Amino acid sequence: MSDAITGLAAALAGGQARIVDLTHTLDADFPVIVLPPEFGQCARFRMEEVSAYDHRGPAWKWHNLTLNEHTGTHFDAPIHWISGKDVPAGAVDEIPVEAFVGPVVVIDCSDGAARDDDFELTPDIITAWEDQHGKIPSGVWVLMRSDWSRRRGADYLNMREDGPHSPGPTPAAISLLLERGIRGFGTETVGTDAGQGMHYDPPYPAHYLLHGAGKYGLQCLCNLDQLPPTGAMLIAPPLKIKGGTGSPLRVLALITGDIE
Amino acid sequence: MTNPLPVPAPKDPQKRTVVPTLPPVKRSRAALGLGIAAARGQFALQHCVDCGAVQYPPRDACCKCLSVALEWRLTDPAAQVLAQTTIRVSPDPYFRERLPWRMGSVQLAAGPVVVCHLHGEVARGDGVRMALKLDKAGQGVMVALPLKGSETMQDDPTLRAMSCDPKHRRVLITDARSPLAQPLAEALQRAGATAIFLGEAESWRRWEGREALAAMENVVLMPLDVTDTASVARLAAEIGGKVDILINTAQFIRPGGVVAGDTVFARDGLETNVLGLMRLAQGFGPAMCARTADGANAAVAWVNILSVQALAPDMGFGGFAASQAAARSVAQTMRGEFSASGLRVMNVYTGPVDDAWHQPLPPPKVSPKALARTVIDGLVDGLEEVACGDIATDALDRWLSDPALLERETRGGHS
Repeated sequence: MSDAITGLAAALAGGQARIVDLTHTLDADFPVIVLPPEFGQCARFRMEEVSAYDHRGPAWKWHNLTLNEHTGTHFDAPIHWISGKDVPAGAVDEIPVEAFVGPVVVIDCSDGAARDDDFELTPDIITAWEDQHGKIPSGVWVLMRSDWSRRRGADYLNMREDGPHSPGPTPAAISLLLERGIRGFGTETVGTDAGQGMHYDPPYPAHYLLHGAGKYGLQCLCNLDQLPPTGAMLIAPPLKIKGGTGSPLRVLALITGDIE
Repeated sequence: MTNPLPVPAPKDPQKRTVVPTLPPVKRSRAALGLGIAAARGQFALQHCVDCGAVQYPPRDACCKCLSVALEWRLTDPAAQVLAQTTIRVSPDPYFRERLPWRMGSVQLAAGPVVVCHLHGEVARGDGVRMALKLDKAGQGVMVALPLKGSETMQDDPTLRAMSCDPKHRRVLITDARSPLAQPLAEALQRAGATAIFLGEAESWRRWEGREALAAMENVVLMPLDVTDTASVARLAAEIGGKVDILINTAQFIRPGGVVAGDTVFARDGLETNVLGLMRLAQGFGPAMCARTADGANAAVAWVNILSVQALAPDMGFGGFAASQAAARSVAQTMRGEFSASGLRVMNVYTGPVDDAWHQPLPPPKVSPKALARTVIDGLVDGLEEVACGDIATDALDRWLSDPALLERETRGGHS
């Protein structure tokens, strides 16, 4: 075992393994999910200066933060959704730490998402991917690459009068991924579901089906274009919040480096 | 005829900005009553309950019968100018900078003869309409106004010094998404404002009406989120030195009482309505206070749009009402802190606005257009305390006459 770790350290030092940051900067202007106004809303990220080497604290600077568990690049635990409320070890502080480090595969939907804001990840796309890269192994994270993270401003949520429009998986696609025994599902959009995901049966299938099955979600990811379809390792430990339904986090991927 | 106020020339950057000075501030406790009436745009004087005498200046006892039963009552503002004079020399720093200054004595129809400021369009022998105005020191003073003034009567230097007229001024409306923003921007344009800055929070969230506002002349949308200290500081750094009037339209409102209410919504309400106001005061207050004597378009006023629930809560909006009461308290502190500069803080109390949050409530409701009109009128008249709509006007009157009774009435249970 120590050989494996030593080997990894050497690979990282030597450039044979590389770390990719899949995290957006926590920033007051980064979009959060917007619900109908009569519902409770996701707190925006806010940073209030407590002191800055001044009369409030002469030698130090620090801030108070305000945010939701689901602000910025974040992790969804099973208890986030009603279907997962009774899942054992379904809160972020209860999930075994082994769940936070694991293999990841990436399904590239960027061409489709560039053409169609409501692009759907379907079972056909998954099986076509499997034809090329092999069957999705159990225990992996599956990330849906859409290049949506490159969008800025109002184009990110892409709200229209009938709600947000952004790509996501169909219920059948999530069911197929669950058959494969995945660990979790992640996206570049503000949620794991499509912007119009409320119209599926069940509504918000990624949330409903994944969390009901005790699986995890990751959203607001970026830099997925730097990941290979297979062979990378994801490091995604949420904060250890008692009874937490999710957590902002730093998501890192270990990939094979270019250096020979 | 008053000469129209010319459009202010751009500031000479080599000259020191004129430091604000104030007219005499000190008043007897009795005389503070003039300011109370002036702040509301009323003409009120002391009336003796025992002998009916009307007196001026205010005193602690009746000048006719020595009774101490004195009441402030709305009084007939009709008067006639007896004598006029023009002051050309004064040791007072405030008036020295504004000479020549016209004053006169007038005979009030209600009885007293008073020495007062004269509008440029009135002369000896004229019938006039008396008004109580707040001067730069925030004290109520009397001005004799023409019965029928010219179109440019507001441009008279005496009146300009005692009003917060938007003409030729630059205005920041803090929340462009407010239903009030568009009617307010339109009303300000009509009132002659030269630039209207509109704060836009969360530009990542599309909103109806943005294009119409952005297309308006002299209107510019700028990033501003009152819940974000850094955002307020950024915009204050950018335009703080050219905001002459700030109108805070940012408001977070949700229905819900206290027991069955939601502390998340209540916190959001406090964040926007109370802390947001404090952030704005910290960001924009100092620069505005430093510019209250900065020529024809000096900084003059800060406007808070408050629900009349600031005075007594509506049980259906308990969390929101708490934020409004707190915001009113913040505004009162701001008045104290701004007083040395003469920057006026006007609170506009409104009843339920005709918007999505009051949709199930029966009329009367305040239309955003009417609210905008009240704001402009209040600025033109230089007021501090204004009610808009029947509900707010009634609640404010009842609160002034008996706050404990209003609380009992609001609580319900009476027939």
